[in-house]
Amino acid sequence: MLQADRRDFLKLAGVAGVTFTAGLFPGRDASAQAADFHFVQFSDTHWGYKGPANPDAEHTLEKAIETVNGLAKQPDFIVFTGDLTHTTEDPKERRARMKRMREIVGGLNVKDIRFMAGEHDAALDKGEAYKEFFGDTHYTFDHKGVHFIALDNVSDPGAKLGDDQLAWLAADLKQRKPDDRIVVMTHRPLFDLQPSWDWTTADGAKAIDLLMPYQNVVVFYGHIHQEHHHMTGHIAHHAAKSLIFPQATPGPQPRRPPPPPYDASQKGMGTRDITMAKSATFVELPVTRA
Amino acid sequence: MRRRYLIALLIAGSAAGGVARLAAATPNEVEIMAMKFDFTPDTIKVKAGQPVTLVLTSIDRVHGFKMPDFGVRTDIVPGLETRVTITPAKAGTFAYFCDVFCGDGHEEMSGTLIVET
Repeated sequence: MLQADRRDFLKLAGVAGVTFTAGLFPGRDASAQAADFHFVQFSDTHWGYKGPANPDAEHTLEKAIETVNGLAKQPDFIVFTGDLTHTTEDPKERRARMKRMREIVGGLNVKDIRFMAGEHDAALDKGEAYKEFFGDTHYTFDHKGVHFIALDNVSDPGAKLGDDQLAWLAADLKQRKPDDRIVVMTHRPLFDLQPSWDWTTADGAKAIDLLMPYQNVVVFYGHIHQEHHHMTGHIAHHAAKSLIFPQATPGPQPRRPPPPPYDASQKGMGTRDITMAKSATFVELPVTRA
Repeated sequence: MRRRYLIALLIAGSAAGGVARLAAATPNEVEIMAMKFDFTPDTIKVKAGQPVTLVLTSIDRVHGFKMPDFGVRTDIVPGLETRVTITPAKAGTFAYFCDVFCGDGHEEMSGTLIVET
């Protein structure tokens, strides 16, 4: 996206936010782009969480929805990249949380919503309850010339995509041209971000290998509760903030530290507005509009 | 797996006839019990260059045991005794953790291996 376009977009968004610009589809010339559009990514909402890491947990999702509803230019669609609910071993309570979460999300002005599971939603019952409320755990869709692929690396409790899903992915990619624009969405990182903290996908490298022949691939994910940007070859991987609490920054500690103390300003939490063009402009939206 | 560590072996599960087992471990064995959402003990000290066998049991459900720095991962199945032998080559501090999602608290189910010279 050109800088002038970015300024226009920020004006349209009508919010203060941190921006990040990255080459999104390096294999495409600007003239080859389809119409620009933007979508919003929610991640790790953990509905049902109660604890000191976010004493405001009961209201955070509703506040973020109000912020997104206040965007001057509404997004084409909204994605939720997993951990919609906080885990519970009680199947009845699990379903109650999913039902309530879906009701709250119904308050979004934009009704085209794409859900994905996180391990908190799906790992204890292999996605059974999740599918009742939100549908398939892996799927594709197309929007304005961009092919979106949602992968499930959580309903297997060992954090695997599994051979069946990898075969499904391979079959889908065979239908794509080498320069097609492809967006992959996952919950966990596909690459080994911090293996000692379990921030990885057991067979994620196989998915990256399948994607590598395609020139224009970008991955959006969650799970680590913070903004993070990483390249595997020409493929960019972008992690989003959580809406429940931030996690520790990756570092040399062998064991993952606990979440940082709650910050009443909710800095470190929020959603992300993503504009799709030759370059991506990420506007990191705060939970509550200033 | 990092090349600077030697990994001896793998895993032999055997029926333990219950988890309360455990006969006295030999000096180069360390028993680790898994239970939502802790490993007991959660800190182990071993000597560099000396093989050590980790004897893994679970008393409630299937857990995972992963030590990425040593290329080790296995399930820990209740009623089975799972053995993993490693030979740490250098001093340092390394993590082990459960990699089979087991509920609220799973993320904190981890431990520390301290390798001393």
